[in-house]
Amino acid sequence: MAILVIAEHDNKALAPATLNTVAAAAKIGGDIHVLVAGQGAGPVAEAAAKIAGVSKVLNADNAAYAHQLPENVAPLVAELGKGYSHILAAATSNGKNILPRVAAQLDVDQISEIISVENADTFKRPIYAGNAIATVQSNASVKVITVRATGFDPVAAEGGSATVEAVAAAHDAGTSSFVGEELAKSDRPELTAAKIVVSGGRGMQNGDNFKHLYALADKLGAAVGASRAAVDAGFVPNDMQVGQTGKIVAPQLYIAVGISGAIQHLAGMKDSKVIVAINKDEEAPIFQVADYGLVADLFEAVPELEKLV
Amino acid sequence: MKVLVAVKRVVDYNVKVRVKADNSGVDLANVKMSMNPFCEIAVEEAVRLKEKGVATEIVVVSIGPTTAQEQLRTALALGADRAILVESAEDLTSLAVAKLLKAVVDKEQPQLVILGKQAIDSDNNQTGQMLAALTGYGQGTFASKVEVSGDTVAVTREIDGGAQTVSLKLPAIVTTDLRLNEPRYASLPNIMKAKKKPLESLTPEALGVSTASTNKTVKVEAPAARSAGIKVKSVAELVEKLKNEAKVI
Repeated sequence: MAILVIAEHDNKALAPATLNTVAAAAKIGGDIHVLVAGQGAGPVAEAAAKIAGVSKVLNADNAAYAHQLPENVAPLVAELGKGYSHILAAATSNGKNILPRVAAQLDVDQISEIISVENADTFKRPIYAGNAIATVQSNASVKVITVRATGFDPVAAEGGSATVEAVAAAHDAGTSSFVGEELAKSDRPELTAAKIVVSGGRGMQNGDNFKHLYALADKLGAAVGASRAAVDAGFVPNDMQVGQTGKIVAPQLYIAVGISGAIQHLAGMKDSKVIVAINKDEEAPIFQVADYGLVADLFEAVPELEKLV
Repeated sequence: MKVLVAVKRVVDYNVKVRVKADNSGVDLANVKMSMNPFCEIAVEEAVRLKEKGVATEIVVVSIGPTTAQEQLRTALALGADRAILVESAEDLTSLAVAKLLKAVVDKEQPQLVILGKQAIDSDNNQTGQMLAALTGYGQGTFASKVEVSGDTVAVTREIDGGAQTVSLKLPAIVTTDLRLNEPRYASLPNIMKAKKKPLESLTPEALGVSTASTNKTVKVEAPAARSAGIKVKSVAELVEKLKNEAKVI
């Protein structure tokens, strides 16, 4: 049986999380097809066809799918998905929005945010903010799964030569419409894909002080994240939040600056390869997960670090 | 309009849970339980809609053990008008919960259903979307702003790159994100008054809903522990270690 992977995209470019999702599909085994639901997303379909290991791309081009509203996309995925053994999507805000709606339409339970594939019907996923790992087995006819991108190394974006097939099906439920969006602008690497992440917490004291972290990040080619405390205090926008309720990251190096290390924050970053904590409170819980801890005033340590790297 | 709010009884978010020695699950004996934080936000939003004169009645529903009455009483103390408990001792999947909620929606006919975006125990983030699929209603997930006007609701949603606004026809399903509002505390007089508010008990059988599941939890383990790190004395030592020992910069 084949596996259907839902492409993550913005009608212009394929998001890197799709490559991690295809990697999970490859671990399950079987033909891998990618569905691109959007409007005028031809370049995305072409990019998807080049992904290593993908044998077919389904391009559903329709005005109803322009903003990937779940009311319209879920019936499409459920209809196409009936012929597949697995339906996979990245556990991004889009994947999380659409896939449970698909699962309910197919009358099957979903498995959210898998971090490993044991075999074709058994998967591991974190529960209780990452404080426990559950092994879940599914006997559903179609297994509906979201994939935590950081749990799987991405497959190569080039090397495949899949055929692109147009899908004519049009579903417009008419219950929802797109009004607008406001995207945060950033020249730095995307948080969830960055090799190095520098994050600030309440200890930064105000939004202006984040300039120290931006300077360090630019020198390291890193993305900048934040704890929920920093977001709630209005220092930075909420799409920078790392944690159970924000983004899950697992970079090579995670530098936590002025972050105490609450359970909800650790859930978002404790799978990072190397964790560095800079905090003036030596009792802060972050030091229990940090590979390298520095007890120091961040306003002295961060500029010095920037100079030395 | 009538607003239905779903709340879940979960382990308190401050508790560091332990996995049972036989790997059958997480040890919840004698652990403090509370209302799921995202559900508190859902209750708060409903109460604010009532204070604005948009909502006329708030019905709060929970699906779970008899003890979930405590969380329903909390919601009543916060401003909900009446409560429904669908009693089920077993651990239900999101789909089973969504089916039970669908039965309650059919019975109550609310114009707006508000749920939390995810429960902090199972971390599934599924129930609201599944309920939307079963009812055929539009869904506004991860809401940071909810504005009802006439027969539509505008929902500003938190998405990966920023924020998105969608307009949904009522009736609709909304799931709350952290920044939607700051939940209030229940006052003592309100806690006393909540004891007199109606609380109806139902069963899945009475609602005619099967809670069978296609998923089975085989085992639950503790995550791999990180090996103990070291404390460095200076920034220079830190840079040296990152360059030569960890080789990450």
